[in-house]
Amino acid sequence: MRFITALSFVVLLSGCAPLDSHVTEGASQLQLRQIQTREYDAITKERALRAVLATMQDLDFVIDKADLDLGSVTGTRLSHVVIKMTVIVRERGADGVAVRANANLNDRPVESPESYQSFFTSLDKSIFLLQNKVD
Amino acid sequence: MRLIMAALLLALAGGCATGPALLFAVPPDNLAQRQIQTRVFATQDEKQILAASAAVLQDMGYTLEESETRLGVLTASKMADATSGVQIGLVILSVMLDGDHHHQQVAVDKEQKIRATLVVLPRQGGDGYAVRLTLQRVVWNTAGQVSRTETIKNNEVYSDFFDKLGKSVFLEAQRL
Repeated sequence: MRFITALSFVVLLSGCAPLDSHVTEGASQLQLRQIQTREYDAITKERALRAVLATMQDLDFVIDKADLDLGSVTGTRLSHVVIKMTVIVRERGADGVAVRANANLNDRPVESPESYQSFFTSLDKSIFLLQNKVD
Repeated sequence: MRLIMAALLLALAGGCATGPALLFAVPPDNLAQRQIQTRVFATQDEKQILAASAAVLQDMGYTLEESETRLGVLTASKMADATSGVQIGLVILSVMLDGDHHHQQVAVDKEQKIRATLVVLPRQGGDGYAVRLTLQRVVWNTAGQVSRTETIKNNEVYSDFFDKLGKSVFLEAQRL
């Protein structure tokens, strides 16, 4: 009897726990892209990436990977939580770039718009400093 | 009494929680931090500074994890001792005070992994290069658990590093 009960539990649970569904899951694609992306004019990909690096250092990140060709930077910040962030810079239009950031906090995706707004506010400052001969 | 405890807990929790709006906001002491973590070198050769930086990291026992010279980035890491005399002293003291009632094994810090990122940034108008260092550590205790993860903010560590880098840049320029 016990065996049958256990077996029926297994059958029931196998129906509702699709492990693979998490592989490609995510928040609404378009909405998330809008929250995580900002466009900048009159800046090269290389300068934008240098500004991203400066911003991430301002925010106490150590850089795990940086790739100019792909336009990507990934970093880790350790405080009382572990934050991982990837930023991708792509050329957009004649002389502009689109910067997209996505972050994980303790291995969970950060999806709050305020977080990304604060990141881009910090990046705005770094780009201004980099482009305007201020120390 | 209960109210005071609850208020205390709230105050404590409020202090350590970071709201989403502050998650990636530059901290108020950023300018001071940046100055501590940055040194300017009056050279025109970015690759030379990166080579000197890699050499000085090797001098200190770090191995390279990542580099992208076209963006002036180096990341390196090393394992090091994390034993603290003060911590061990406190454990001995607590065992002595607790006498026979002490049955629990107390874990103390044992080893740490230090990660360093160094970014070279060209200064405006071809006026040399700024080198900025960021350091962080993960500490494990004698029970094999992570006891601490943090950004290293000790000014002396940074000035010590840049003194060594200054010498390394000189040696690199002289090809020594």
